[in-house]
Amino acid sequence: MSSTVIERRDAALRSGTTPRRRRRRNLHFPAYLVLTVLALFAIGPAVLMVFNAFKSNAEIGGSPLSPPTSLSWSNFSIAWQQGDFGTTMRNSAILVVGSAAGTCVIAGLAAYALSHLDLPGRGGVITYLFLASSMPVQLFVVPLFSLWTDLGLTDNLFGLIVIYWAVDAPFATLLLRSFLLKVPKEYVEAGRLDGASEVQIARRVMLPLAWPGLMTVALVVGLWAWNEFFWAITFIHDPAKRPISTSFMAFQDENSTNWGLSSAAALFMLVPILILFLVLQRRFVAGLTSGGLK
Amino acid sequence: MTAAPAPSGTALAAPPRSGARRLRLRRGLIGWAFLAPLLILNVIVVLGPSLATVWYSFTDWSGIGPAKFVGTANYTRAFTDPAVREALLHNAIWFVLFLFVPMALGLLGAHLINQVTRFRMLYRTLFFIPYVTASVINAAIWKMLLSPDSGIGHTLGISQAWLGDPKTSLYAVNFVVDWHWWGFLAVIFFAAMQGVDVQLYEAARLDGAGRWRQFLSVTLPGIRPTMIFVVLMTIIWSLKAFDYIFIMTHGGPANSSDVVSTLMYDQAFNQYSAGYAAALGLSMTVIVGLVLAVYQFLRRKGWEE
Repeated sequence: MSSTVIERRDAALRSGTTPRRRRRRNLHFPAYLVLTVLALFAIGPAVLMVFNAFKSNAEIGGSPLSPPTSLSWSNFSIAWQQGDFGTTMRNSAILVVGSAAGTCVIAGLAAYALSHLDLPGRGGVITYLFLASSMPVQLFVVPLFSLWTDLGLTDNLFGLIVIYWAVDAPFATLLLRSFLLKVPKEYVEAGRLDGASEVQIARRVMLPLAWPGLMTVALVVGLWAWNEFFWAITFIHDPAKRPISTSFMAFQDENSTNWGLSSAAALFMLVPILILFLVLQRRFVAGLTSGGLK
Repeated sequence: MTAAPAPSGTALAAPPRSGARRLRLRRGLIGWAFLAPLLILNVIVVLGPSLATVWYSFTDWSGIGPAKFVGTANYTRAFTDPAVREALLHNAIWFVLFLFVPMALGLLGAHLINQVTRFRMLYRTLFFIPYVTASVINAAIWKMLLSPDSGIGHTLGISQAWLGDPKTSLYAVNFVVDWHWWGFLAVIFFAAMQGVDVQLYEAARLDGAGRWRQFLSVTLPGIRPTMIFVVLMTIIWSLKAFDYIFIMTHGGPANSSDVVSTLMYDQAFNQYSAGYAAALGLSMTVIVGLVLAVYQFLRRKGWEE
């Protein structure tokens, strides 16, 4: 295959001109054009939101789609105070860290058992996890809400984190298991022969090898916790306990005609994720595409 | 740290013969101990409440306090409720659009990225951004762009309230969901397309197949497992469709964008008829279960290699 490529290039070089290359470029121009249109379709709306965050309401009304004529930061400071985003971003940070760390521990233990311990009934557990991760939340939300009310776990960040653990762990376990299956059995056997306990093997042999997988899980679970909306709006009603997603929604409802303010508020929520995604996108994409079940 | 004393009863300390069974048992127990946090959480949050839903679906229950057994009354009500019928129709419309629009755009995007040589990563990244953006943000962006007095329509001189008009509300929300979803599919399809053997394209070219023909006869069959997976997930998601509808229209105006899940939510948390909501939720799950069963059946039959 590679030899034919080389032959072709040699032929092109020998003939002295590069008609092939020019024809290729012409062929590809429409492809680039359509790709660029699609890319603008994907990010154009967010770009317009950035524009509007810097515009006054009068300016948006006059020219909603054009870039701001001057950079005004007042929308950001007003939105920050009015929406109490300092509090709700802190709440979301707690949710992100708590759910990511807990899910990694819970799913890490389970994935180790399902990949390297001779567990009877392993297949059944895996099938169940697959089913559990595609289960519609509508099936269990109502009794869960009643249970959480009885336990005093509504309006409680920890109560929400526990739900995130339970809902995200099946997916995380399946993802980590496929990671751990790549670890050679010999490593574990060697550990056992050296007299290490299962806990020691898990910690000293598996943990370092599973580290990239755990990072991926933490990123994806963290992103879900940051963006999550359904559980938050159902289980948190106290404004001081709200995460940023539902507080942003409430803020936007209150300022539904002030697009400058709500655009600025949206950027509080969007920018951290966008930066993280652009820096770590390979890992993000790997995790999210394998977690396509959600 | 290096010379940890071997706990009694490990592989080396146990006597070789009678210990073998005990060792297996011990390992099994340890395995289940490692699984315990996951399983206990799942029983408390998912499995237990799910089973409770089965019971509550046969009761008249407000969501708190005692539930009164009413037999199949909730199901009779669900089957005769015109609102449910309308919501199911909306689910069906939603499904068709959500299946074809993002898939077509995703395939187009993936195919084109696969054709070009430069900026592949850049396009992939840009296509993916709406998917990592929160639903509340995406919804807000599009509320702004679809609004009759400060959006795209305003600029073009169209004063249509896309989200506020019962004729267009469902389609407007679906458009936003399609927009947020297609880039993700493009990335998945692109990854699958890279796994298609290049020699197949060479062979097709030799047989005189044009680009379109190559796409139909080589690319599409080459990514069939991914396509089947996406179709399956689309079916499940169309039934679960909730977030964007709830955020953008709350099912309105006049129930014009209600689907089963928004109806169910409203019944459970606003109308306080949690028993009826349980019946709706369970019915939805049965449909999802049937789809999964069909999928498994087709897989066994070798659809997915």
